[in-house]
Amino acid sequence: MSILVIAEHDNSSLKAETLKTVNAAQKIGGDITLLVTGFNCQSVVDAASKVNGVSKVLVCDNAVYEHQLAENVSLLVTELAADYEHILATALTTGKNFMPRVAALLDVAQISDIIDVESSDTFVRPIYAGNAIATVQSLDNKKVITVRTTGFDAVATDGNAEVVILDTVTDAGISSHVSDELTVSARPDLGAASVIISGGRGMQNGDNFKLLDGIADKLGAAIGASRAAVDAGFVPNDMQVGQTGKIVAPDLYIAVGISGAIQHLAGMKDSKVIVAINKDPEAPIFQVADYGIVADLFDALPELESKL
Amino acid sequence: MKVLVPIKRVIDYNVKVRVKPDHSNVDLANTKMAINPFCEIAVEEAVRLKEAGIATEVIAISIGNKSCQEQLRTALALGADRAIQIDTDESLDALNIAKLLQKVVEEEQPQLVILGKQSIDSDNNQTGQMLAALTGMPQGTFASVVKVEGDKVNVTREVDGGLQTVSLRLPAIVTTDLRLNEPRYASLPNIMKAKRKPLVVKPAADFGIDLTARTKLLKVTPPAQRKAGIVVESIDELVEKLKNEAKVIS
Repeated sequence: MSILVIAEHDNSSLKAETLKTVNAAQKIGGDITLLVTGFNCQSVVDAASKVNGVSKVLVCDNAVYEHQLAENVSLLVTELAADYEHILATALTTGKNFMPRVAALLDVAQISDIIDVESSDTFVRPIYAGNAIATVQSLDNKKVITVRTTGFDAVATDGNAEVVILDTVTDAGISSHVSDELTVSARPDLGAASVIISGGRGMQNGDNFKLLDGIADKLGAAIGASRAAVDAGFVPNDMQVGQTGKIVAPDLYIAVGISGAIQHLAGMKDSKVIVAINKDPEAPIFQVADYGIVADLFDALPELESKL
Repeated sequence: MKVLVPIKRVIDYNVKVRVKPDHSNVDLANTKMAINPFCEIAVEEAVRLKEAGIATEVIAISIGNKSCQEQLRTALALGADRAIQIDTDESLDALNIAKLLQKVVEEEQPQLVILGKQSIDSDNNQTGQMLAALTGMPQGTFASVVKVEGDKVNVTREVDGGLQTVSLRLPAIVTTDLRLNEPRYASLPNIMKAKRKPLVVKPAADFGIDLTARTKLLKVTPPAQRKAGIVVESIDELVEKLKNEAKVIS
């Protein structure tokens, strides 16, 4: 069997999540090809060629792929699809955007957000915000799959894959990129961080999120937020952890002033250790926390920072 | 221009779902149902486009059995002009839903189709993108801002690193994210008015599409439960536990 994995990157670095998607491909079993589609993305290609278990890296380096427009990328992947039984992408916003388009163009169903592989056609995925776990069999000849990376460990990066440059240009000509407004942060990505500290509505305003900075600095943590904090305008949307935001599973997750709605729990309950800081002893977050402390966060945070 | 808004009837977002004892599926008997929250945002956006004089007609559509008429009436009460129910008792894969919607798009010729980015039951996040592929339309997924300008629509999308704005040629597909708008509450007069708005029922079988399932649900199990933790009395104790018991900080 042959498997095509589409690399997740920003034209300069290969996202760590791709290493986990390759692990999912290894569990399916077969010859793994990694596709790097982007523009001026040689450094990504270099990293991709070192991913363990990958035998070949296909490269489509062209301006039409610079912003991963779904209309263009899906045409490319569909064109390459004939050679593969499985097509995998990471279930991040880029993969979620173009993969269903690929599936529909190939006239097959998509299996979204798998967290485990049972066999080459049977996969495990959470439904209902993770309150139920479905085992689903694909009846199509070709499997189009997005992978939730919290279910898989990263593969090593000591491989040496063959690099093949393609000159395929698929420009649908119906969409164009206007602008990006990306959050600049020196902290690790939520998806890659081993420690995350998140604030909720209890933070009261955006300024108070600064209280998390010192702790995040000491722990090398990423900073996240609940939907309530994002909706209230305290912090930008890309910080949202939850059913419809980012799904994370760090070694340590510290929830500060977060009540623990099921939609938030869906995004973090696979974390190894969960700490909850909340002044309401009845908050549902305490039901999933390994360590809870009932305290006013405005007292607890400065003290925690000083004692780390 | 016409705006088509496909909506889905799902479990109310406040209700925690239970798995059936035989693990065949989740148990939705006697469960409170509602319009999928993302679909509600889609209806609101379409109605706002109409109020702004950009859209001329808002058509809500749902695929399911008769019970989804309840959610179509909700959409009509929020301001949609008419509704279509595609009648089926089957729970269809997103691809088959998209194929049915494609037929409706061909018939109605909307300039915009606005859908929720995902439903909170199957959590698939597929239908909008699939409909875009089948109709050859561009897509603006996970939208937080939608601006129609001439024969184009600019969509600001919520992406992993922040926001991305794309320009799409009309007709186009938009899928909504949470920050696009805050849906209004239907007023009582509008709920009454909605009862008299047109709602057409079309059997799914009449569309001449092969609706054979492409996936098979083998089993549904409850998630692994986290074992109950402990409440610590002080920050000192917390730090000590994290260092020496959980060993997640040094």
